[in-house]
Amino acid sequence: MFTSLWHRTFSHGVHPPEEKATTAALPIRRMPFSPRIVVPLSQHFGAAAKALVHKGQELVRGEPIAAADGFMSVPMHAPVTGIVEGVELTPSARGPKTEAIIIRSHLAASQQVMYEGDLDWQQATPEELIWQIQQSGMVGLGGAGFPSHVKLKIPAEYTVDTLVVNGCECEPYLTTDHRLMLERSDDLLLGIRIAMRISGAKRAIIGVEDNKMDAVAALRQTIGNDKTISVGVVRSKYPQGAEKLLLKVLTGREVPSGGFPFQVGVVVNNVATLALIGNLLPRRRGLIERIITIAGPGVKKPGNYLIPLGTPIRFALEHAGYFGDASRLILGGPMMGNTAASLDVPITKPVSALLVFDKAAKASEAQPISPCIYCGRCLDACPVHLNPAHLGRLAAKRQYATMANEFHLNDCFECGSCSYVCPANIPLVQYFRIAKSINRERAR
Amino acid sequence: MKKVQPLVEIRTSPHIHHSHSVPQIMLNVVYALLPLVLFWVFQYGISALLLLLVVVGTTLLSERFFARMAGRQSPLNDHSALITGILLALTLPPGFPLWMGAIAAFVAIALGKAIFGGLGYNLFNPALVGRAFVQAAFPVAITSWTPAYLPGRFLEFIPSTLALPLMRPADSSTWIAELGQRSEITDALTSATPLAAWKFAGDSGDHWQLLLSLTSGASGQMPGLLIIFCALYLIARNMMNWRIPVAVLGGAFITALPLYLYDSSRFADPLFVLLTGGLLLGALFMASDMVGSPVTPRGILIYGLVIGFVTVIIRSFGALPEGVMYAILLGNALAPLIESVTQPRVYGVGVTTLSALKKPPATATTPEQRHE
Repeated sequence: MFTSLWHRTFSHGVHPPEEKATTAALPIRRMPFSPRIVVPLSQHFGAAAKALVHKGQELVRGEPIAAADGFMSVPMHAPVTGIVEGVELTPSARGPKTEAIIIRSHLAASQQVMYEGDLDWQQATPEELIWQIQQSGMVGLGGAGFPSHVKLKIPAEYTVDTLVVNGCECEPYLTTDHRLMLERSDDLLLGIRIAMRISGAKRAIIGVEDNKMDAVAALRQTIGNDKTISVGVVRSKYPQGAEKLLLKVLTGREVPSGGFPFQVGVVVNNVATLALIGNLLPRRRGLIERIITIAGPGVKKPGNYLIPLGTPIRFALEHAGYFGDASRLILGGPMMGNTAASLDVPITKPVSALLVFDKAAKASEAQPISPCIYCGRCLDACPVHLNPAHLGRLAAKRQYATMANEFHLNDCFECGSCSYVCPANIPLVQYFRIAKSINRERAR
Repeated sequence: MKKVQPLVEIRTSPHIHHSHSVPQIMLNVVYALLPLVLFWVFQYGISALLLLLVVVGTTLLSERFFARMAGRQSPLNDHSALITGILLALTLPPGFPLWMGAIAAFVAIALGKAIFGGLGYNLFNPALVGRAFVQAAFPVAITSWTPAYLPGRFLEFIPSTLALPLMRPADSSTWIAELGQRSEITDALTSATPLAAWKFAGDSGDHWQLLLSLTSGASGQMPGLLIIFCALYLIARNMMNWRIPVAVLGGAFITALPLYLYDSSRFADPLFVLLTGGLLLGALFMASDMVGSPVTPRGILIYGLVIGFVTVIIRSFGALPEGVMYAILLGNALAPLIESVTQPRVYGVGVTTLSALKKPPATATTPEQRHE
């Protein structure tokens, strides 16, 4: 137990209950195809894709159905063999309706992926590989949904020597990366080698929290005696998986405020992203399914599911034994995920988990907000050493410009640690989001 | 197919929350103070008990009154006024006239807290504001200490306790002398606090006596060990920042040590300094008050050292035997300033790029820094 104290970590942070035990031991299972699949055209950071299909068109699983609109965009592929019902406005997780391709699945079809080819990645140039990654529709699968090819494209004036692979999975409940490191370490290693070739990194370090030592052992076995790839065990703490914190722990380098990891010679990718790159790229396939954790007190059959993208969460929940009385559906982890506004919202590329919290879990949240008593717990929690107590007071006074200019508001990455520990139950992160968006508005 | 659409709750992350609430923290401070209160009543008898009830009752009533005027709801639920009342009572002499105690309690809430906007907005520790007010208003009464462990302390009131409002309190010294004659322990009965005894008579007591305060004689002295144990409970439950009392006591120690080494006949020895007067109670339960202290790590250190330093300076060079109260109030006043100059260094600030000097191209869009 105390061995964890030996492992490296960042200062501050919080220790929410992990809640991973129920799903960590369960192998990844495939979820059946939903009769209706909804593929939003904008499910990533950047420009929305452009639909290539029309109503009534027959689709084969894996076929491109939308094209990237510029470099900061990725294409979409058909997650299922079926027929296009239309390109319509549908509800999105955040509420406002967005354009999506609706597909009626042929449930009797073999669902074989027909659209594939061969790619000899060792012979391909980095530019070719970047283009191929864009064509696969890959985006960061850890939550941000940032297009993977953009992240791997290092500006010409910088050189990168280290690839940091993020296998921390510090959010409570989530075990997809854990299972993936156990079950798909070959894909992951291949993805790492491809990413190293693209970025020019000489070494790769896989950062794994010490609550997943079985994954560490599995990775070390797969790596064998490849000296360029290593596993760095870090202490289990939230938010250990924040890329800038992880790369500091593993490399000792600190990314400049407002800057990017490549400025200190590092590129960071999440294990799920690299494992899928390793899986898809050599076969020139597109991203059509992903692994998500379905868990929480509101489902009977929690687990890790390989789920076709575009599956409505209603279907996923019914499959996982949804009790039907839960009032809070979270897409992603409980610390940073968003609540889903409706059961008709589909699973999209960046969604790593579907958590169902029932009313019992909700009751503890019903405390009133009291005034800040300046206890300083948020300062001890903030992983980037902000002063959330003071920022919160400035936010209450609507001094948003001061927050950004003098108190480094923009270095906040909204991990939620301050809100998590606040005895006064002040929604600090929400204040900061509002402040940031108002500052962005004013800057226009 | 019938579609069930349950009522989904839309809220922002984080979706889990774990902490003791503010009322829980405050209630635990009250629990931590209870042994001190019991011991205090045991030392001084019914006069102390009555004074405690009057002071606490007045703080609660005043809190309620001001909250109602400000249109806020049920502020008593956060228990902070209860703490103010208990701390204030513990700093008053046990024979303090009840009506003066009520004034101290009212001022503590009115000028110490309500005027700033209630809990969380007050600049100063409310209990000490009340104490400072009566120190200035009733200088004689506030320094009239009765000895602890008087015989018959549970049967008889100290005469000054029941003084009528605006009347000169009865002089307790004749009563004490009478008591002494009755029980034949005249020698042991002194109403000087150890600190006053040292200040004005050059007497410094035994350290163990100060830590335990179990023998009769010394007055105005809470047992140091009990205060430390009570504070350890809060520290163990992460409801008190241990760095503040450690910095205060450290500041007092490092100020007192050179003075003592320079001239041990004029200046008290550092351990005596730590154990006498209100320093332990002040450091552990008043300076550590979250609202009045800085939140930044370096700020906490400076704040504590300043309080410790000022305490010793007032005691050694000032006219008053006791300096903790003014030192803490000064520390409270300085806290916002200390905090503004000790903001923590934020990750990535002041760091330059490693491998190249050029700026990132303006076309690059910010990759979201959320963990991936």
